[in-house]
Formats: sequence, C-alpha cells, structure tokens
Amino acid sequence: MLPSEFAALEPFSEWVLESERDRYSKRLASSMEEMQAFYDAAFPLLEQASDHLDKFPLSELPKQERNLLLLLFSLVNVSFPVEVWKQARVPDSGAAYMDLVVEPKV
Amino acid sequence: MPHFAKPEAGSWTENYPELGTSPVNYEDSIDPAYYEAEKEAIFKKTWLNVGRVEQVPKVGSYFTKELAVADTSLVIVRGKDKEIRAFHNVCRHRGNKLVWNDYPGEEVKGTCRQFTCKYHAWRYNLDGDLTFVQQEKEFFDLDKADYGLKLVRCEVWEGFVFVNLDQNAQPLKEYLGEFAKGLEGYPFHEMTEVFTYKAEIGSNWKLFIDAFAEFYHAPVLHMKQAVKDEADKLFNVGYEALHYEIHPPHSMISSWGGMSPPKDLTIVKPIERVLRSGLFGPWEAPDIEGLDPLPPGLNPGGHRAWGNDSFEFFPNMTLLIWKPGWYLTYHYWPTAVDKHLFEANLYFVPAKTARERLKQELAAVTFKEYALQDGNTLEATQTMLKSRVVTEFPLCDQELLLRHLHKTVADYVKEHTDAAQ
Ligand code: FES
Ligand SMILES: [Fe+2]
Repeated sequence: MLPSEFAALEPFSEWVLESERDRYSKRLASSMEEMQAFYDAAFPLLEQASDHLDKFPLSELPKQERNLLLLLFSLVNVSFPVEVWKQARVPDSGAAYMDLVVEPKV
Repeated sequence: MPHFAKPEAGSWTENYPELGTSPVNYEDSIDPAYYEAEKEAIFKKTWLNVGRVEQVPKVGSYFTKELAVADTSLVIVRGKDKEIRAFHNVCRHRGNKLVWNDYPGEEVKGTCRQFTCKYHAWRYNLDGDLTFVQQEKEFFDLDKADYGLKLVRCEVWEGFVFVNLDQNAQPLKEYLGEFAKGLEGYPFHEMTEVFTYKAEIGSNWKLFIDAFAEFYHAPVLHMKQAVKDEADKLFNVGYEALHYEIHPPHSMISSWGGMSPPKDLTIVKPIERVLRSGLFGPWEAPDIEGLDPLPPGLNPGGHRAWGNDSFEFFPNMTLLIWKPGWYLTYHYWPTAVDKHLFEANLYFVPAKTARERLKQELAAVTFKEYALQDGNTLEATQTMLKSRVVTEFPLCDQELLLRHLHKTVADYVKEHTDAAQ
C-alpha cells in the first residue's frame, strides 16, 4: 500500500484516509495508546517521507505515494492529541464541532 | 508598560471619542425583537460577501446561498456574457424554490445551461429570463417578459462577490471604502486553494465577531495550544495589537507575527518544527508576484514585527491577511437571535509539492483546533447573557473593535427605526 522504503508504516495503513472528516473521526474513535503508537512510528519518518514525496509533482503522485501523503495528513491530525492535548478531543471544545466541507484535492 | 505605542489620545478607544469608554450592554445579542430589527436595518441593506469569482469559473457555473437572515435564498450564476448575476431563488410561477437538490435548505453548486423548476418545469436562462412555460396556452395573457427571475444587486471587488438586497444601495466600492482601496492589488487571485469549514454555533452572530476581533483572549483561552513555558510567558505578557483603525462601518486590527517563524524553535510543537508551519501558516511565503511590496493598506502601523491584519467588513465578513502570503475569511450568517452558521475559508497558493501541501494541512488542522475552543465558549456566553443577571460589561482598549461593532449595529437599527416612524 505504501512505497517500499516506508514498509515500517504498513501496520498503520488504516490511517490512510481520504478526507479530513474521516481522519478526524478516526482520531476521536482512537485511544491515546493507538495514536501514540502511530505517531511514534510515523513522526520520525516525516522528514524522509516529505523528501521522498517531493520527487513527484503533487498532481501526479503514484498510488502508493498518494497513500503515504494521506497517512501523513493523519499524522498531522493526531499530532495535537499526542503532542499537547493528551486526549483525542480538543480541550474546552465541549459539543462544538466544525466540518471541513471543502478541502484541496490530492 | 505598553509594548507598542498608543495614539496621542491616550488609548485606541479614546482615539475614537464617539465610542465612549463606558461598559457595553449586550441586550442586542439576546433580544429577539432586536434580531428582527437587524434583519431589516442591516442584512437587507448592506453589501454581503457571498463568495469568490473562482466559485463561478465559467458560463453557467452557479451556487446558491441561503440567507435566512434576509428571509431569502439566492442563486449566483455566471451568464452567457460572462457577467456574474444574483437572483432570488424563487420560481415566478407559484414560488417554488428554483435551484436545490433533495433538501430545500441545503446550498448547492454546479454548472447548467438553464434553470428548470421541478414543480411545473418553467425554465429560465442564465440571465434570469423566463424562456419556457409548460402548456403556455392554458395561461391568461401571460407575457413571459414580465416573469423573469428577481434580480439582486451583485458587484465584485478583487474577486469577492457581494450582493445587496437594497436596489438603492450605494456602489460596493464606495461602501467598502478606504480599507478595500488599500488592499487592491493583493494577489487574492493566486490563492485559489481552499479549505472551507462550517459550523452551527449556538450564539448570536456578533458574539463570534467579538471573539475574532480581539486577541486579548488568545493567551488565556488557547493557552494549552502552546508548550507550557511558552504558554506561561504569553499569559504574563498578555496581548497588545500593533495598530487599530476604524473607517465606519468597517474596522481593522493589525497584529504582530508571533510564531512565524519563532526565534526559539523549542517553543513550538515538534510537528511545527519539522513542517515549518502552524497557526500562522507556512513560515515561508509562496513564490508569486504581489507580496513584495504589499499594498499600502497592509501593516498600516509600519511595524517590523507585523504578522497579520484582520479587517472587519460590516456586517459579517472578516478578511484576515497573513504576512507569509495567505489569507482567510470568516462569515457569520445569523439564523436566529441565538444561533448562526459560521463559515471559515483558508486560501493558499496551490501547493506544487507534497511538503507544501503538508504545511497547508497543518495550518488548516491547527485553525480548527482553535476555532473549536472559540465556538464552544460562545455558547456558554450566550446562555449567561440571556440570564440578564449582569447587563453591563466593561471592554478594554484591546476590545475596541467590539465596541465599534455593537455601536454600528445600534446606529443602523436606530436609523432604520427612526426612518420608519
Ligand atoms: S412553481 Fe415553478 S413551475 Fe410551478
Ligand atoms: Fe480564539
């Protein structure tokens, strides 16, 4: 599913998700342990993965590269719970919600 | 000790003596009758930004806009002559909503050659002319020329599409005035990559403007967004703007650049350090024309530490331009005295590489984390205002734009009520 150099991330391929709505829902449905494990595996590879992806124009990413990018979007999404919140939800946000209804295509 | 100079009058607020300095009453955000008055006096009279030209790229492109606050729905469409027009979204036969899909209350967009009513198939061309009536001979002296769609004033400024339900309104550019003039030439047209957020907020529309028109709350409400040491520091320093300016009915706040990029990299989250982006956007500006020099309306205080300018175009549009070359808009669409739809758009120069796209993703995700905290707070404010236990609220010098907003609303409502008597 992912470029071979990033085989270490295959166990986390369920984080390859099409939309922010999917990524945010998965974040809310995940435990801190699950997000931490994903983060610990993916974060150290962020720089290297960006370098790899930058060899391709964004509009012509091969399938596996595109999956990797979607996985990195999820990494961005869980970075808040892992790095600062220590919980999936935004603190002090109660029942407030905000839907991303348009996002740039990749 | 102030970090930045204040006007000679002694404070930003006293620089505008008509605003006064006394506590402000928030009855205007809880009284249903007042809300009704606002609809008539403000939302049916002023220029409202409903979108951008990129949303109607070619002949036949259209989108609908629900305007509960003006008791109507509009359809905005690019005609055969390439002009953008706005019509009331109502069929002239028996008043069915003309353009919608399965749910009448939901906004839609698309491209078409003509509009056909679902009810009895009357058709209108892109200029709004009635072109076809089903079983026309069954009607009595029906002249199709008399039954075109109802046109709404529609004008464009720098690619922003505005409508006005008042046929006698002054021209858009005149209404937007000096702030708009000072921004002309900014490369809005290059920033076509959009993230659109929507939320229903349980508060009066003005309360959310209040929340985004001052940054006094930022080091407090959003404290946990920063790492501990930085949060403590921000809390102790508090917040001061670089510059405020009012050109009624509009206003603006100019702010410093904070974390873009930070002097000390250890104060930002690890993901920001790697991606070089965050709340203030990607740290490096995109390579396009028009950002250097900036139009004269930006950074009016001429500060070296400048980071963003936030313009409040009355009544319900915020236009926030960030130093590193991107911008965002907020719109607050009232649906009831204690409810509104909030819409935020983040506009970037289209990313060419995955890394650029990741920076934008981080900025967008970060925006949402903040906005959720703001939205939630507002609902709490609304319920307590409604109790009327406290009716007078002191506003500080950093809350100047709120004072101005509530006064402007009051002035419009008063003028309208007086004229009706
Ligand atoms: S109401 Fe539109 S055709 Fe009858
Ligand atoms: Fe805020």
